[in-house]
Parts: sequence; structure tokens; C-alpha cells
Amino acid sequence: MSADIYHEMIVDYSRNPLNFGRLEDPHATFHDSNPLCGDSIGIDLRVEDGSVSGITFHGKGCAICMACSSVLTEMAKGKTVEEVRRIGKDDVLGELGLEHLQAVRIKCALLSLKVLKSALYGYIAEKGGDTGSLKEDAAGLY
Amino acid sequence: MMQKLEPLRADFPALSRTVRGGKPLIYLDNASTTQRPTSVVDAVSRYYTHYNSNIHRAVYEVAEEATEAYESARDVLARMVGVGDRRELVFVRGTTEAINLVASSWGRANVSEGDIIVTTEYEHHSNIVPWQLLAEERGARVEYVGVDDDGVLDLGDLGRFLDTGRVRMVAFSMVSNVLGTISDTARIVSMSKKAGARVLVDGAQAVPHMPVDIPSIGCDFFAFSGHKMLGPTGIGALWARRDLLEGMAPFHGGGDMIREVKKEGSTWNDLPYKFEAGTPDIAGAIGLGEAARYLAGVGLGSVRRHEEEITAHALDLLAGVPGLVVYGPRDPARQGGVISFNFADVHPHDVAQIMDSEGLAVRSGHHCAQVLMDRLGVAATTRASFYLYNTDAEAEALVASLKKVAGIFKV
Repeated sequence: MSADIYHEMIVDYSRNPLNFGRLEDPHATFHDSNPLCGDSIGIDLRVEDGSVSGITFHGKGCAICMACSSVLTEMAKGKTVEEVRRIGKDDVLGELGLEHLQAVRIKCALLSLKVLKSALYGYIAEKGGDTGSLKEDAAGLY
Repeated sequence: MMQKLEPLRADFPALSRTVRGGKPLIYLDNASTTQRPTSVVDAVSRYYTHYNSNIHRAVYEVAEEATEAYESARDVLARMVGVGDRRELVFVRGTTEAINLVASSWGRANVSEGDIIVTTEYEHHSNIVPWQLLAEERGARVEYVGVDDDGVLDLGDLGRFLDTGRVRMVAFSMVSNVLGTISDTARIVSMSKKAGARVLVDGAQAVPHMPVDIPSIGCDFFAFSGHKMLGPTGIGALWARRDLLEGMAPFHGGGDMIREVKKEGSTWNDLPYKFEAGTPDIAGAIGLGEAARYLAGVGLGSVRRHEEEITAHALDLLAGVPGLVVYGPRDPARQGGVISFNFADVHPHDVAQIMDSEGLAVRSGHHCAQVLMDRLGVAATTRASFYLYNTDAEAEALVASLKKVAGIFKV
């Protein structure tokens, strides 16, 4: 693990992130940052008929952070809330071939997943639904 | 050219190891922490293996040896920084604890509602947060001396703050840990003293790298750390004028800092012990004394010249890299061996990781200076920082590794 992680897809997504920007009238918005490195990501979410009908991310981060945010938002699009809450860290890391990412960079890769889980928690809690272990899942990612 | 100090590299075992599958380690994170020479490691080890015991009280022989080693470490350190009165040199955990000690013991008694504490935009968090905590508790406020585009403090700001007549404390770094800027310490001290303010100098990035004679600075408090000057982690020192230390309340209460303890109350030990509660980091202090001995042997003037040369060489080479932005003075005469930069739109973490694959240990992030990052308008920078054992070839490797970054990120 060293510079090999910077394959084409990661570099491309860092330059041209997918689903980057803000949503109008999101049903849920959450923002978080990694205090040690300054990566800072927010996610806007729209949910219609129990499925994610819109999702974008904004903020700034390193190439790993931007690429993972891109594939995560792409992954969540169109999925049911139930499916989205089951997205785990291996799904995100696997999509970009980052299974062996060194510990110090894991937080770059998983910040957006943490933010998404927190946004979902906020959405479900506001609706009075069962948030299950979402809060703990988000906190336990790294 | 230089490299007169290159033979010293053999004193640092870590410098001959390899990383990332056989690349020689190029250690350029000295502003964060330095490597330790064998003599320092041996001194620490010898304490634990030969005369391990507590200090100051027991009458048996090894305890006497430990006390003697601990106290002579204080003397060696005091000599290195020009301190003549050993009672004025307090062992603490590091610069952070030293500043917290002053903010707590001096600050609580001397800062009141409406007062101003002045620090600067290029301070490390350790010279900002303790003052914010104090200001919040006392109803005072913290003001920040600005940094110009060359990374130099705008002393016009300081003058304006001092003119209010409410400034109780001016706290600043002698050398910026991010930009390397060497502060105009003499001028800041004289302006502040004239206005009746106390002055704390954060010497964490100065003492390891250049000759420093603390009493001649004219400040009231001076803080520095051991691990940034070849010593162990967890040990550092606070110097303060004796009359100030005598007037200050203790920071921590406990063993060793007392004269007498009664149910009704206690009285305090003499200086510096009044501020050294509990069993101190004995091994750390002994290691720090050894580090001071090592640096005195090399000569801090030589260290400074070496770093100036290597910084000049690195700045020259970096100036030829398209897309590279270097922050700070960009002038080896006005900065320590610290260079912060950003490369095109590549995030510093990615820069540092690619450099790591070439064996280079550089730092990326906000370097505990978020106020400065905001001032520079960036989230983070990559920072290379040199010390006495670094070489021109290592500075060249730093610049060469940017080509790999450029290749991967198509800069």
C-alpha cells in the first residue's frame, strides 16, 4: 500500500466528482469533518416512496475522500432506505479496490459513509421511525 | 558545499532504515518530532537498567544517583539556553503544558474582565487554546496579530492592540511551525514591555535549531519541548523569571511540590519544585539533558547554518516546479528549516502519501494551526522540515518526488 492506490478511477473522481453539489429542498442534510486532516463533507438527501430519489455531496477532501464520496452517492441513488442503511464500509472500499487501505487513510475513505448514515438517522428519527443501530454504525466506522 | 554534519547521521539509527519495500527513509518531519541519537536512547535506558529509583527523598545510593542525574540534566539544559538561575527552569511535559501552566497559574490571577490577551495568526493550537480557555473563564478576549502575504507578523496590529491599554499578555512563537518565519522577537518584546504587558515566547521551533539565550530576550515566560530537539517525548521546560514564579499559585498539587501539608492547608516547596508535582518523567529529563549535551557539542550555530543552507537549496529547486505554491518568507535568512507548500490542486494528503511511497516522511494537514490555514485560505498544506542530519540530496529527493505526484495526478 502506497502510491498504488492512486489508480485512474480515483484520480478521475477527485478531479470530476460524481453527484457533487447541493440539492434543492433536501429531506435530510448532514455534515461532518475529520478534525485531524480537515476533510469536510456534507450530504443532501431526498427520499421519495421509501427510496433515495436524490443525493449529492459537497465539501472538500483528498482524492480518496472525493472518490469514495462519488461512488457512495452513486451506490445509494435509487436504493430503498433499507438498502442504503445496509451499505457497509467494505462496499465502499471494494468498489474502488481500497480493501487494504492503511489505517491512517481509512477515515478519508469512510467520512462520506459516516455522513450518509448520520443523514439517514436524522431523516428516520424526524419521521418517528426506527433508527435501529444507525447511530452506532456511523460512530463505529472508524 | 556543506554536509559537514553528515557524519552525524551515524548517531541516528533510524536514519539508516528503509521503508516501503527498501526505500531509504528520508525523514523530513522534524518540526513535528525529531529522531533521537543513540546517546539519548542510551541515557534513558541506563537510568532504567542501572539506577532506576525515585528522586529527591530516598537516602539509598541509587536514589542519590537518580536525583543527581535528574538535576544535572536541568543544569545542562539551563546552560544550553543561557539560564543562569536553575530555579527558573521548570520541567514540564512539553510546550503545551508549559503554556497551560502559565495560562492557569499566572493568567487566573492576573487577567480580568475586559482584558486582552494577544497571540498571532501563526500560532500552534497550543498557544491559542489555553488563552481562549482563560479568556472565557475571566471574561477577557483574545486578539490575533495578523500575518502578511510573506508569512510575516504585522506588528501594526500589535501596536493597535497595545494602544488599548488592556493587553495583559502577548504570547507568540519565535519561529512558526508551519511557515518557518522567524519572528521579530526583540521588537515584539520591547513593544509589549513598553505597554506593560507580560510576554510569553513559544520557543518549540527555535531552541532546537538556533542559538537561543533566553534571559537576553527580555520575555517573562519561555516554553520549549524535548522531543523537537533530539530528546524524548513527554518532557520539556518552562522558563520564567523567578519573581513571577514565586508570585504564582501552583499549577498541580501533589507530592514533591509541598513544604508542609496540614489539614488546614499547605505551603509550597521552593522553585522549581513548586511546579513539579508528582513523580516527574525522570528518564525523560535525563534524556533531554543528554540531547542538550549533544546539541551543545555540535553547536547550535552550526545547526542553524546547516539548516539555512539546506533550506536555501530546497527553496531554489522548488521555485522551478510549475504549479507549486510555497507559503511563508521563501527566504532562508528569515525562516527556519520549514517549508510549507501546495502542489496544483492535489490535496496535501495525497501528496504526502505519494511521497511516502518514495520513502519521504513529510507532514500533511493543518499542522495544529487552523487559524493560519484560514488566513492562507487553504484546508491544509504539505510541510517538509529539516534538521541537522538532513542532506542536500534529501532536499533533492523531495523535489524529485513531486514529479511522481505530477505524473499520477496529471498536473
